[in-house]
Amino acid sequence: MTVQIKVEDKLYQNRYRVDEGRPHIAIKDAAKCQSCTDKACTTACPAACYAAEDGGVTATFDGCLECGTCRVICQENSNIDWFYPRGGYGILYKFG
Amino acid sequence: MTEKFDAIVVGAGPSGNAAAYTMAKAGLKVLQIERGEYPGSKNVQGAILYADALEKIIPDFREDAPLERHIIEQRLWMLDDQSYMGTHYRSDKFNEERPNRYTIIRAQIDKWFSKKVKEAGALVICETTVTDLLKDAAGKVIGLRTDRENGDIFADVVVLCDGVNSLLAQRAGFRAELKPEHVALAVKEMHFLPRDVIDERFNVKGEEGVVIEIAGTVTSGMVGTAFIYTNGESLAVGIGCLVSDFKKTGETPYALLERFKNHPSIAPLLKGSEVKEYAAHLIPEGGYKAIPKVYGDGWMICGDAGQFVNALHREGSNMAMTTGRLAAETVVALKAAGKPMTDANLATYRRSLEESFVIKDLKKYKDLPEFLHKNTQFFSDYPNLLSKAAETWFRVDGIDKKTKEGQMVRGFVKARGWRGLLGDAVKLARAWR
Repeated sequence: MTVQIKVEDKLYQNRYRVDEGRPHIAIKDAAKCQSCTDKACTTACPAACYAAEDGGVTATFDGCLECGTCRVICQENSNIDWFYPRGGYGILYKFG
Repeated sequence: MTEKFDAIVVGAGPSGNAAAYTMAKAGLKVLQIERGEYPGSKNVQGAILYADALEKIIPDFREDAPLERHIIEQRLWMLDDQSYMGTHYRSDKFNEERPNRYTIIRAQIDKWFSKKVKEAGALVICETTVTDLLKDAAGKVIGLRTDRENGDIFADVVVLCDGVNSLLAQRAGFRAELKPEHVALAVKEMHFLPRDVIDERFNVKGEEGVVIEIAGTVTSGMVGTAFIYTNGESLAVGIGCLVSDFKKTGETPYALLERFKNHPSIAPLLKGSEVKEYAAHLIPEGGYKAIPKVYGDGWMICGDAGQFVNALHREGSNMAMTTGRLAAETVVALKAAGKPMTDANLATYRRSLEESFVIKDLKKYKDLPEFLHKNTQFFSDYPNLLSKAAETWFRVDGIDKKTKEGQMVRGFVKARGWRGLLGDAVKLARAWR
Protein backbone atom coordinates (compact mmCIF):
# COMPACT_ATOMS: atom_id res chain seq x y z
CA MET A 1 0.00 0.00 0.00
CA THR A 2 1.38 3.40 -0.90
CA VAL A 3 0.22 6.36 1.09
CA GLN A 4 0.65 9.90 -0.14
CA ILE A 5 1.85 12.11 2.66
CA LYS A 6 2.21 15.81 2.74
CA VAL A 7 4.55 16.68 5.58
CA GLU A 8 3.58 20.33 5.22
CA ASP A 9 0.04 19.42 6.30
CA LYS A 10 1.43 17.86 9.45
CA LEU A 11 3.73 20.78 10.22
CA TYR A 12 0.89 23.20 9.60
CA GLN A 13 -0.74 21.96 12.84
CA ASN A 14 2.27 23.06 14.84
CA ARG A 15 3.13 26.37 16.44
CA TYR A 16 6.44 28.00 15.58
CA ARG A 17 8.17 31.27 16.24
CA VAL A 18 10.58 31.47 13.35
CA ASP A 19 13.80 33.43 13.90
CA GLU A 20 13.70 35.14 10.49
CA GLY A 21 17.06 35.22 8.78
CA ARG A 22 18.82 33.33 11.56
CA PRO A 23 18.60 29.58 10.82
CA HIS A 24 19.94 27.50 13.69
CA ILE A 25 21.21 24.77 11.37
CA ALA A 26 23.56 25.05 8.39
CA ILE A 27 25.05 22.72 5.83
CA LYS A 28 28.77 23.30 6.24
CA ASP A 29 30.03 22.42 2.76
CA ALA A 30 27.55 22.01 -0.10
CA ALA A 31 30.15 20.17 -2.18
CA LYS A 32 30.28 17.38 0.38
CA CYS A 33 26.58 16.70 -0.15
CA GLN A 34 27.23 16.19 -3.87
CA SER A 35 29.44 13.20 -3.10
CA CYS A 36 27.20 11.83 -0.32
CA THR A 37 25.66 8.60 -1.58
CA ASP A 38 22.62 8.06 0.65
CA LYS A 39 21.72 11.66 1.55
CA ALA A 40 20.01 10.20 4.60
CA CYS A 41 19.02 13.66 5.89
CA THR A 42 16.58 13.98 2.98
CA THR A 43 14.63 10.90 4.05
CA ALA A 44 15.13 10.72 7.83
CA CYS A 45 14.29 14.31 8.76
CA PRO A 46 10.76 14.12 10.21
CA ALA A 47 9.99 17.65 9.03
CA ALA A 48 11.44 17.10 5.54
CA CYS A 49 13.73 20.11 5.94
CA TYR A 50 16.21 18.63 3.46
CA ALA A 51 15.64 17.93 -0.22
CA ALA A 52 17.86 16.23 -2.77
CA GLU A 53 18.28 18.62 -5.68
CA ASP A 54 20.64 18.69 -8.66
CA GLY A 55 22.86 16.04 -7.07
CA GLY A 56 23.19 18.05 -3.89
CA VAL A 57 21.04 18.90 -0.89
CA THR A 58 19.00 22.03 -0.24
CA ALA A 59 17.51 22.87 3.12
CA THR A 60 15.03 25.18 4.83
CA PHE A 61 14.63 24.94 8.57
CA ASP A 62 11.39 26.82 9.28
CA GLY A 63 9.55 23.56 10.06
CA CYS A 64 12.39 22.05 12.09
CA LEU A 65 11.24 20.00 15.09
CA GLU A 66 14.67 20.30 16.74
CA CYS A 67 15.07 16.55 17.16
CA GLY A 68 18.73 16.28 16.11
CA THR A 69 18.32 13.36 13.69
CA CYS A 70 20.08 15.11 10.78
CA ARG A 71 23.14 15.84 12.88
CA VAL A 72 23.34 12.27 14.17
CA ILE A 73 22.72 10.69 10.78
CA CYS A 74 25.31 12.89 9.02
CA GLN A 75 28.02 11.93 11.47
CA GLU A 76 30.40 10.29 9.00
CA ASN A 77 30.46 13.40 6.85
CA SER A 78 29.92 15.69 9.83
CA ASN A 79 28.53 18.24 7.42
CA ILE A 80 25.72 19.71 9.49
CA ASP A 81 26.30 22.57 11.88
CA TRP A 82 23.49 22.12 14.40
CA PHE A 83 22.54 24.21 17.37
CA TYR A 84 19.36 25.15 19.17
CA PRO A 85 17.50 28.27 18.06
CA ARG A 86 17.83 31.39 20.15
CA GLY A 87 15.85 31.29 23.38
CA GLY A 88 12.10 31.41 22.76
CA TYR A 89 12.35 30.71 19.02
CA GLY A 90 11.67 27.59 16.97
CA ILE A 91 9.06 24.90 17.60
CA LEU A 92 6.63 25.59 20.44
CA TYR A 93 4.86 22.40 21.38
CA LYS A 94 1.35 22.80 22.72
CA PHE A 95 1.16 19.19 23.89
CA GLY A 96 4.60 17.64 23.30
CA MET B 1 24.09 39.22 36.19
CA THR B 2 27.12 38.89 38.44
CA GLU B 3 25.54 37.10 41.37
CA LYS B 4 26.61 33.55 42.00
CA PHE B 5 24.30 30.61 42.51
CA ASP B 6 24.76 27.43 44.46
CA ALA B 7 23.59 25.53 41.41
CA ILE B 8 22.39 26.18 37.88
CA VAL B 9 20.12 23.63 36.26
CA VAL B 10 19.97 23.62 32.46
CA GLY B 11 16.59 22.50 31.14
CA ALA B 12 13.09 22.30 32.60
CA GLY B 13 12.09 18.75 31.71
CA PRO B 14 11.52 15.98 34.28
CA SER B 15 15.18 15.68 35.30
CA GLY B 16 15.78 19.43 35.45
CA ASN B 17 12.61 20.08 37.40
CA ALA B 18 13.35 17.24 39.80
CA ALA B 19 16.88 18.55 40.38
CA ALA B 20 15.90 22.21 40.72
CA TYR B 21 12.96 21.42 43.01
CA THR B 22 15.00 19.17 45.31
CA MET B 23 17.82 21.68 45.69
CA ALA B 24 15.55 24.71 46.11
CA LYS B 25 13.43 22.87 48.66
CA ALA B 26 16.60 22.22 50.66
CA GLY B 27 17.27 25.95 50.73
CA LEU B 28 19.93 26.21 48.03
CA LYS B 29 20.14 29.22 45.75
CA VAL B 30 19.10 27.72 42.45
CA LEU B 31 18.81 29.10 38.93
CA GLN B 32 17.08 27.09 36.23
CA ILE B 33 17.39 28.03 32.56
CA GLU B 34 15.00 26.85 29.86
CA ARG B 35 15.26 27.69 26.15
CA GLY B 36 11.56 27.26 25.41
CA GLU B 37 8.88 29.94 25.66
CA TYR B 38 7.58 28.05 28.68
CA PRO B 39 8.72 24.82 30.35
CA GLY B 40 7.57 21.96 28.15
CA SER B 41 7.42 23.87 24.89
CA LYS B 42 10.50 22.04 23.58
CA ASN B 43 9.76 18.68 25.11
CA VAL B 44 8.20 15.55 23.68
CA GLN B 45 7.15 12.37 25.42
CA GLY B 46 4.65 9.53 24.78
CA ALA B 47 3.66 10.15 27.53
CA ILE B 48 3.39 7.99 30.63
CA LEU B 49 4.08 9.27 34.11
CA TYR B 50 5.30 6.72 36.63
CA ALA B 51 3.92 7.84 39.96
CA ASP B 52 6.64 6.38 42.16
CA ALA B 53 9.44 8.58 40.82
CA LEU B 54 7.40 11.77 41.20
CA GLU B 55 5.96 10.73 44.57
CA LYS B 56 9.49 10.58 45.97
CA ILE B 57 9.84 14.27 45.07
CA ILE B 58 6.30 15.65 45.48
CA PRO B 59 4.33 13.12 47.55
CA ASP B 60 0.96 14.82 47.06
CA PHE B 61 1.36 15.54 43.33
CA ARG B 62 -2.04 13.96 42.60
CA GLU B 63 -3.78 16.91 44.24
CA ASP B 64 -3.12 19.36 41.43
CA ALA B 65 -0.95 17.76 38.72
CA PRO B 66 -2.57 17.66 35.24
CA LEU B 67 -3.07 13.90 34.92
CA GLU B 68 -4.99 12.44 31.98
CA ARG B 69 -5.96 8.85 32.82
CA HIS B 70 -4.55 6.20 35.13
CA ILE B 71 -3.62 3.05 33.29
CA ILE B 72 -5.65 -0.05 34.05
CA GLU B 73 -4.84 -2.00 30.92
CA GLN B 74 -1.59 -2.67 29.08
CA ARG B 75 -1.76 -4.20 25.61
CA LEU B 76 1.25 -5.61 23.77
CA TRP B 77 0.58 -6.14 20.10
CA MET B 78 2.57 -7.84 17.39
CA LEU B 79 1.53 -6.65 13.95
CA ASP B 80 1.97 -8.03 10.50
CA ASP B 81 0.48 -6.23 7.52
CA GLN B 82 -3.05 -7.60 8.02
CA SER B 83 -3.23 -8.74 11.61
CA TYR B 84 -2.33 -8.19 15.20
CA MET B 85 -1.64 -10.71 17.90
CA GLY B 86 -1.80 -9.42 21.40
CA THR B 87 -1.48 -10.01 25.07
CA HIS B 88 -3.52 -7.75 27.29
CA TYR B 89 -3.29 -7.27 31.00
CA ARG B 90 -6.16 -5.49 32.65
CA SER B 91 -6.84 -5.37 36.34
CA ASP B 92 -9.28 -3.59 38.59
CA LYS B 93 -6.43 -3.48 41.10
CA PHE B 94 -5.02 -0.60 39.05
CA ASN B 95 -8.14 1.35 40.03
CA GLU B 96 -6.46 2.17 43.32
CA GLU B 97 -6.41 5.22 45.52
CA ARG B 98 -2.91 6.11 44.43
CA PRO B 99 -2.61 4.79 40.88
CA ASN B 100 0.77 3.60 39.66
CA ARG B 101 0.92 4.95 36.09
CA TYR B 102 -0.82 7.81 34.33
CA THR B 103 -1.01 9.10 30.82
CA ILE B 104 -0.05 12.76 30.74
CA ILE B 105 0.37 15.60 28.27
CA ARG B 106 3.98 16.54 28.52
CA ALA B 107 3.79 20.31 27.95
CA GLN B 108 1.18 20.54 30.72
CA ILE B 109 3.00 18.42 33.28
CA ASP B 110 6.28 20.29 32.71
CA LYS B 111 4.48 23.60 33.24
CA TRP B 112 2.91 22.29 36.45
CA PHE B 113 6.21 20.92 37.74
CA SER B 114 7.94 24.20 36.93
CA LYS B 115 5.40 26.08 39.04
CA LYS B 116 6.34 23.84 41.97
CA VAL B 117 10.01 24.57 41.31
CA LYS B 118 9.31 28.32 41.50
CA GLU B 119 7.24 27.88 44.67
CA ALA B 120 10.17 25.99 46.19
CA GLY B 121 12.25 29.11 45.70
CA ALA B 122 14.25 28.56 42.53
CA LEU B 123 14.68 31.32 39.95
CA VAL B 124 13.40 30.04 36.62
CA ILE B 125 14.32 31.85 33.41
CA CYS B 126 12.74 30.83 30.09
CA GLU B 127 13.44 31.83 26.48
CA THR B 128 17.16 31.60 27.16
CA THR B 129 19.49 29.20 25.37
CA VAL B 130 22.69 28.16 27.13
CA THR B 131 25.47 28.22 24.55
CA ASP B 132 28.55 27.07 26.47
CA LEU B 133 29.87 26.04 29.83
CA LEU B 134 32.49 28.25 31.45
CA LYS B 135 35.57 26.62 32.91
CA ASP B 136 38.45 27.94 34.99
CA ALA B 137 42.11 27.37 34.14
CA ALA B 138 42.05 23.97 35.83
CA GLY B 139 39.06 22.84 33.75
CA LYS B 140 36.50 23.08 36.53
CA VAL B 141 33.07 24.22 35.41
CA ILE B 142 32.34 27.55 37.09
CA GLY B 143 29.25 28.69 35.23
CA LEU B 144 27.76 29.07 31.80
CA ARG B 145 27.16 31.41 28.92
CA THR B 146 23.67 32.17 27.57
CA ASP B 147 22.44 33.88 24.42
CA ARG B 148 21.33 36.90 26.48
CA GLU B 149 23.38 40.07 26.61
CA ASN B 150 25.95 39.87 29.42
CA GLY B 151 24.79 36.31 29.65
CA ASP B 152 27.55 34.77 31.77
CA ILE B 153 26.30 33.28 35.03
CA PHE B 154 28.31 31.56 37.74
CA ALA B 155 27.60 28.72 40.15
CA ASP B 156 29.31 26.07 42.28
CA VAL B 157 27.82 23.35 40.14
CA VAL B 158 26.02 23.12 36.80
CA VAL B 159 23.49 20.31 36.45
CA LEU B 160 22.99 19.43 32.79
CA CYS B 161 19.41 18.31 32.20
CA ASP B 162 19.36 19.51 28.61
CA GLY B 163 17.97 16.42 27.00
CA VAL B 164 19.03 13.73 24.59
CA ASN B 165 21.16 15.92 22.33
CA SER B 166 22.98 17.64 25.23
CA LEU B 167 25.09 19.81 22.99
CA LEU B 168 26.51 21.45 26.11
CA ALA B 169 28.00 18.19 27.34
CA GLN B 170 29.27 17.48 23.85
CA ARG B 171 30.82 20.91 23.40
CA ALA B 172 32.47 20.68 26.82
CA GLY B 173 33.92 17.29 25.89
CA PHE B 174 32.01 15.43 28.61
CA ARG B 175 30.18 13.23 26.16
CA ALA B 176 30.63 12.00 22.60
CA GLU B 177 28.12 12.58 19.80
CA LEU B 178 25.18 10.18 19.83
CA LYS B 179 25.71 7.05 17.76
CA PRO B 180 22.95 6.43 15.16
CA GLU B 181 22.42 2.93 16.56
CA HIS B 182 22.03 4.33 20.08
CA VAL B 183 19.08 6.64 19.41
CA ALA B 184 15.59 6.10 18.09
CA LEU B 185 13.73 8.76 16.17
CA ALA B 186 10.08 8.81 17.22
CA VAL B 187 7.31 10.78 15.55
CA LYS B 188 3.98 11.33 17.21
CA GLU B 189 0.59 12.89 16.59
CA MET B 190 -2.07 14.07 19.00
CA HIS B 191 -5.47 12.78 17.87
CA PHE B 192 -8.46 14.41 19.54
CA LEU B 193 -11.72 12.54 20.10
CA PRO B 194 -14.63 13.08 22.49
CA ARG B 195 -14.08 11.44 25.87
CA ASP B 196 -17.01 9.05 25.54
CA VAL B 197 -15.75 7.84 22.14
CA ILE B 198 -12.39 6.98 23.69
CA ASP B 199 -14.14 5.29 26.60
CA GLU B 200 -16.16 3.10 24.25
CA ARG B 201 -13.40 2.27 21.80
CA PHE B 202 -10.98 1.29 24.52
CA ASN B 203 -13.48 -0.30 26.88
CA VAL B 204 -12.83 2.04 29.80
CA LYS B 205 -14.81 4.47 31.94
CA GLY B 206 -14.12 7.55 34.03
CA GLU B 207 -10.42 8.18 34.50
CA GLU B 208 -9.37 4.71 33.34
CA GLY B 209 -6.86 4.49 30.51
CA VAL B 210 -5.24 2.02 28.15
CA VAL B 211 -1.72 1.77 26.76
CA ILE B 212 -0.93 -0.16 23.59
CA GLU B 213 2.72 -0.93 22.77
CA ILE B 214 3.22 -2.34 19.30
CA ALA B 215 5.98 -4.11 17.41
CA GLY B 216 6.05 -5.87 14.07
CA THR B 217 6.18 -5.30 10.34
CA VAL B 218 4.81 -1.82 10.84
CA THR B 219 8.43 -0.69 11.34
CA SER B 220 9.41 -2.18 7.95
CA GLY B 221 12.05 -4.43 9.46
CA MET B 222 13.64 -1.62 11.43
CA VAL B 223 14.26 -1.92 15.15
CA GLY B 224 11.45 0.03 16.71
CA THR B 225 7.98 0.14 18.21
CA ALA B 226 4.75 2.03 17.88
CA PHE B 227 2.25 3.09 20.51
CA ILE B 228 -1.21 4.40 21.26
CA TYR B 229 -1.87 6.01 24.64
CA THR B 230 -5.30 7.16 25.78
CA ASN B 231 -5.47 10.65 27.25
CA GLY B 232 -8.66 12.20 28.55
CA GLU B 233 -9.82 13.56 25.21
CA SER B 234 -7.00 12.61 22.91
CA LEU B 235 -4.87 9.71 21.74
CA ALA B 236 -1.10 9.93 21.50
CA VAL B 237 -0.16 7.95 18.39
CA GLY B 238 3.47 7.40 17.55
CA ILE B 239 6.17 5.23 16.07
CA GLY B 240 9.94 5.21 16.49
CA CYS B 241 12.91 3.35 15.04
CA LEU B 242 16.69 3.46 15.40
CA VAL B 243 18.28 6.31 13.46
CA SER B 244 20.83 3.83 12.03
CA ASP B 245 17.94 1.86 10.54
CA PHE B 246 16.38 4.97 9.01
CA LYS B 247 19.74 5.59 7.38
CA LYS B 248 19.99 2.02 6.14
CA THR B 249 16.46 1.73 4.75
CA GLY B 250 15.81 5.27 3.49
CA GLU B 251 12.33 5.07 5.05
CA THR B 252 10.75 8.39 5.99
CA PRO B 253 9.34 8.70 9.52
CA TYR B 254 6.11 10.34 8.35
CA ALA B 255 5.38 7.58 5.80
CA LEU B 256 5.96 5.05 8.55
CA LEU B 257 3.53 6.89 10.81
CA GLU B 258 0.88 7.07 8.07
CA ARG B 259 1.23 3.36 7.30
CA PHE B 260 0.84 2.60 10.98
CA LYS B 261 -2.28 4.76 11.25
CA ASN B 262 -3.76 3.06 8.20
CA HIS B 263 -3.15 -0.48 9.46
CA PRO B 264 -6.49 -2.35 9.48
CA SER B 265 -6.21 -2.99 13.23
CA ILE B 266 -5.25 0.61 14.06
CA ALA B 267 -7.38 2.77 11.74
CA PRO B 268 -10.73 1.99 13.47
CA LEU B 269 -9.30 3.21 16.79
CA LEU B 270 -8.40 6.59 15.29
CA LYS B 271 -11.43 7.06 13.05
CA GLY B 272 -12.84 10.58 12.99
CA SER B 273 -10.12 12.07 15.16
CA GLU B 274 -8.80 15.60 14.75
CA VAL B 275 -5.02 15.85 14.68
CA LYS B 276 -3.68 18.91 16.46
CA GLU B 277 0.06 18.41 16.61
CA TYR B 278 2.91 16.54 14.96
CA ALA B 279 6.07 16.07 17.03
CA ALA B 280 9.43 14.38 16.66
CA HIS B 281 12.05 13.49 19.20
CA LEU B 282 15.14 11.36 19.69
CA ILE B 283 15.05 8.69 22.38
CA PRO B 284 18.33 7.46 23.83
CA GLU B 285 18.21 3.67 23.51
CA GLY B 286 21.87 2.70 23.81
CA GLY B 287 21.28 1.52 27.36
CA TYR B 288 23.91 0.86 30.01
CA LYS B 289 26.92 0.80 27.69
CA ALA B 290 26.04 4.19 26.21
CA ILE B 291 25.94 6.02 29.56
CA PRO B 292 28.74 8.60 29.65
CA LYS B 293 30.56 9.79 32.75
CA VAL B 294 27.84 11.79 34.48
CA TYR B 295 29.82 14.00 36.86
CA GLY B 296 33.06 15.92 37.06
CA ASP B 297 34.56 19.08 38.53
CA GLY B 298 31.59 21.40 38.88
CA TRP B 299 29.15 19.50 36.63
CA MET B 300 26.63 16.67 36.56
CA ILE B 301 24.44 15.09 33.88
CA CYS B 302 20.87 13.78 34.42
CA GLY B 303 18.02 12.32 32.40
CA ASP B 304 18.14 11.79 28.63
CA ALA B 305 21.42 13.69 28.45
CA GLY B 306 22.95 10.79 30.37
CA GLN B 307 21.12 8.19 28.21
CA PHE B 308 19.01 7.08 31.17
CA VAL B 309 16.25 5.26 29.30
CA ASN B 310 15.07 1.69 29.65
CA ALA B 311 13.93 1.18 26.06
CA LEU B 312 12.41 -2.26 26.60
CA HIS B 313 10.14 -1.14 29.43
CA ARG B 314 9.47 2.27 27.89
CA GLU B 315 10.78 3.98 31.03
CA GLY B 316 12.58 7.29 30.71
CA SER B 317 10.79 10.08 32.54
CA ASN B 318 10.98 8.16 35.81
CA MET B 319 14.71 7.68 35.33
CA ALA B 320 15.00 11.36 34.47
CA MET B 321 13.24 12.41 37.66
CA THR B 322 15.18 9.92 39.75
CA THR B 323 18.59 10.90 38.35
CA GLY B 324 17.67 14.57 38.79
CA ARG B 325 16.68 13.95 42.39
CA LEU B 326 19.78 11.90 43.19
CA ALA B 327 22.08 14.52 41.62
CA ALA B 328 20.35 17.21 43.67
CA GLU B 329 20.61 15.21 46.89
CA THR B 330 24.33 14.80 46.25
CA VAL B 331 24.73 18.56 45.89
CA VAL B 332 22.60 19.27 48.96
CA ALA B 333 24.63 16.85 51.10
CA LEU B 334 27.96 18.29 49.94
CA LYS B 335 26.72 21.80 50.57
CA ALA B 336 25.59 20.89 54.08
CA ALA B 337 28.99 19.35 54.78
CA GLY B 338 30.73 22.44 53.40
CA LYS B 339 32.50 20.38 50.76
CA PRO B 340 33.38 21.64 47.27
CA MET B 341 31.74 20.33 44.07
CA THR B 342 34.77 18.40 42.89
CA ASP B 343 34.93 15.31 40.72
CA ALA B 344 35.82 13.18 43.74
CA ASN B 345 32.98 14.53 45.88
CA LEU B 346 30.34 14.36 43.15
CA ALA B 347 31.19 10.70 42.58
CA THR B 348 28.59 10.06 45.30
CA TYR B 349 25.99 10.72 42.59
CA ARG B 350 27.19 7.79 40.50
CA ARG B 351 27.22 5.56 43.59
CA SER B 352 23.64 6.44 44.45
CA LEU B 353 22.66 5.73 40.85
CA GLU B 354 24.27 2.28 41.18
CA GLU B 355 22.16 1.56 44.23
CA SER B 356 18.94 2.67 42.56
CA PHE B 357 16.74 0.89 40.04
CA VAL B 358 18.17 3.15 37.35
CA ILE B 359 21.55 1.48 36.94
CA LYS B 360 20.31 -1.91 38.13
CA ASP B 361 17.70 -2.07 35.36
CA LEU B 362 19.93 -0.65 32.66
CA LYS B 363 22.67 -3.11 33.63
CA LYS B 364 20.23 -6.00 33.41
CA TYR B 365 19.51 -5.21 29.75
CA LYS B 366 23.00 -4.03 28.85
CA ASP B 367 23.28 -6.45 25.89
CA LEU B 368 19.76 -5.94 24.56
CA PRO B 369 20.33 -2.83 22.38
CA GLU B 370 23.20 -4.47 20.50
CA PHE B 371 21.26 -7.72 20.25
CA LEU B 372 18.21 -6.07 18.66
CA HIS B 373 20.39 -3.96 16.41
CA LYS B 374 21.98 -7.14 15.02
CA ASN B 375 18.88 -9.34 15.01
CA THR B 376 16.18 -7.52 13.10
CA GLN B 377 14.37 -10.80 12.39
CA PHE B 378 12.42 -10.08 15.57
CA PHE B 379 10.87 -7.10 13.79
CA SER B 380 10.29 -8.77 10.41
CA ASP B 381 10.34 -12.60 10.20
CA TYR B 382 8.79 -13.40 13.54
CA PRO B 383 5.71 -11.16 13.34
CA ASN B 384 4.92 -12.69 9.95
CA LEU B 385 5.56 -16.24 11.18
CA LEU B 386 3.49 -15.83 14.32
CA SER B 387 0.61 -14.31 12.39
CA LYS B 388 0.71 -17.07 9.80
CA ALA B 389 0.76 -19.71 12.55
CA ALA B 390 -2.21 -18.11 14.32
CA GLU B 391 -4.16 -17.85 11.09
CA THR B 392 -3.49 -21.52 10.34
CA TRP B 393 -4.53 -22.47 13.85
CA PHE B 394 -7.79 -20.54 13.94
CA ARG B 395 -9.02 -21.04 10.39
CA VAL B 396 -11.44 -23.99 10.19
CA ASP B 397 -11.14 -25.38 6.69
CA GLY B 398 -11.39 -29.15 6.80
CA ILE B 399 -7.65 -29.67 7.25
CA ASP B 400 -6.89 -31.88 10.23
CA LYS B 401 -5.10 -30.37 13.26
CA LYS B 402 -2.00 -32.54 12.97
CA THR B 403 -1.41 -31.36 9.41
CA LYS B 404 -1.96 -27.79 10.58
CA GLU B 405 0.64 -28.19 13.33
CA GLY B 406 3.06 -29.53 10.78
CA GLN B 407 2.45 -26.50 8.56
CA MET B 408 3.04 -24.13 11.45
CA VAL B 409 6.32 -25.76 12.48
CA ARG B 410 7.53 -25.98 8.88
CA GLY B 411 6.84 -22.27 8.44
CA PHE B 412 9.22 -21.38 11.27
CA VAL B 413 11.87 -23.90 10.21
CA LYS B 414 11.78 -22.76 6.61
CA ALA B 415 12.28 -19.11 7.57
CA ARG B 416 14.88 -19.47 10.30
CA GLY B 417 16.15 -23.08 10.22
CA TRP B 418 16.36 -25.26 13.32
CA ARG B 419 19.74 -23.83 14.13
CA GLY B 420 18.45 -20.29 13.61
CA LEU B 421 15.41 -20.84 15.82
CA LEU B 422 17.49 -22.32 18.60
CA GLY B 423 20.11 -19.60 18.22
CA ASP B 424 17.46 -16.86 18.39
CA ALA B 425 16.00 -18.38 21.56
CA VAL B 426 19.38 -18.64 23.25
CA LYS B 427 20.46 -15.16 22.18
CA LEU B 428 17.20 -13.62 23.32
CA ALA B 429 17.38 -15.36 26.69
CA ARG B 430 20.97 -14.17 27.17
CA ALA B 431 20.25 -10.57 26.26
CA TRP B 432 17.21 -10.62 28.54
CA ARG B 433 19.14 -11.89 31.55
